[in-house]
Amino acid sequence: MEERPRTVRTLIVLGSGGHTAELLALLEQMDLKRYSPRTYVVASTDRMGAQKARTFEAQRESGSSGEQFTGMKTDGRTNVCIIPRSREVGQSYLTSVWTTLVALWVAFSIVYREVPQLVLVNGPGTCIPICIAARFFWLMGRRTRIVYTESIARVSSLSLSGKILYHLYIADAFFVQWIELQRRFPRSMCCGRLF
Amino acid sequence: MSRTVLVTVGSTKFDDLIRAVDSQPFADELVAQGYNKLIMQVGAGSHVPCHIVPRGQNSVVHPHDLSVEYFDFAPSLAQHMESAALIISHAGSGSVFEALRLRKPLIAVPNPILMANHQAELAEHLAGMGHLISATPATLVDALRQLKVTKLVPYEKGRPQGIVAAIDKLMGFAES
Repeated sequence: MEERPRTVRTLIVLGSGGHTAELLALLEQMDLKRYSPRTYVVASTDRMGAQKARTFEAQRESGSSGEQFTGMKTDGRTNVCIIPRSREVGQSYLTSVWTTLVALWVAFSIVYREVPQLVLVNGPGTCIPICIAARFFWLMGRRTRIVYTESIARVSSLSLSGKILYHLYIADAFFVQWIELQRRFPRSMCCGRLF
Repeated sequence: MSRTVLVTVGSTKFDDLIRAVDSQPFADELVAQGYNKLIMQVGAGSHVPCHIVPRGQNSVVHPHDLSVEYFDFAPSLAQHMESAALIISHAGSGSVFEALRLRKPLIAVPNPILMANHQAELAEHLAGMGHLISATPATLVDALRQLKVTKLVPYEKGRPQGIVAAIDKLMGFAES
């Protein structure tokens, strides 16, 4: 019988644009006293991600509940890590091998340092190196759960990130937001929509 | 009374949609349908509206009292969305669900330059459920003509609580 954890160290990979909005909509409903401390990972090319994470944390901090929770570092700043994108649009194959290795290295160092018990991801490609690193340390004996939520834009097909995480059995829980998609991928779960 | 149509292309380029909107047949159909104001968020594209507004100007009032204005980006479109009587949007999930949440009539136009065209997947699915109508730049005027606002089915907001409960269970928290 697994002992009930008091808090869960959570790593949240914000995927930019609509992906960020969906993941923050999920976090909005989670009991953040349980999922704490939280670290956010944003792509180096995503100018808005870090700001959105800080705004979200500040709003929750000053939320109506008035309850204390420790999502922030002791200096009051939101913990945000930057990861390089493994491949820019239009980048050549040869250089993308190198940038992918760099992204993997950074992902391994983030996951090694933060020791997350839960990794929350919803694509796009930025999340893959983090998931690979988390799965690697899981094989080394760490108890890290990876939870993937496919984008609400996906009704009949999985995104590339979704395909990788589903077919390689990397995600511990794989949520899709439309029942039509769930029927095609029986190991996925459809438990509602974020928007 | 102001009856405003908001056109938005989001953060990317969608010149074909802006060209379709920047045309006399489209403006005529707006007037025919009783709209008197058109606001366009034209984004990062290269087509500058020049048919329904004079080149070099970003607003104009036409005969029949159709006023037109456009801008590239705004920090937030929330106010424009709230005051619109009709929204014509690219089919990105952010814009689509914001319009549906506000219970606004929506014509969604998938942007074909985006990868794998999954905008079309979402727009067609929601159109099939009757929440919006899906169009292309070429069919936009027809879509405007055929839109029956009262036939649209209100979208019930999704409930993330089911996913949250499943995550809580996975992480060993008792149901609360």
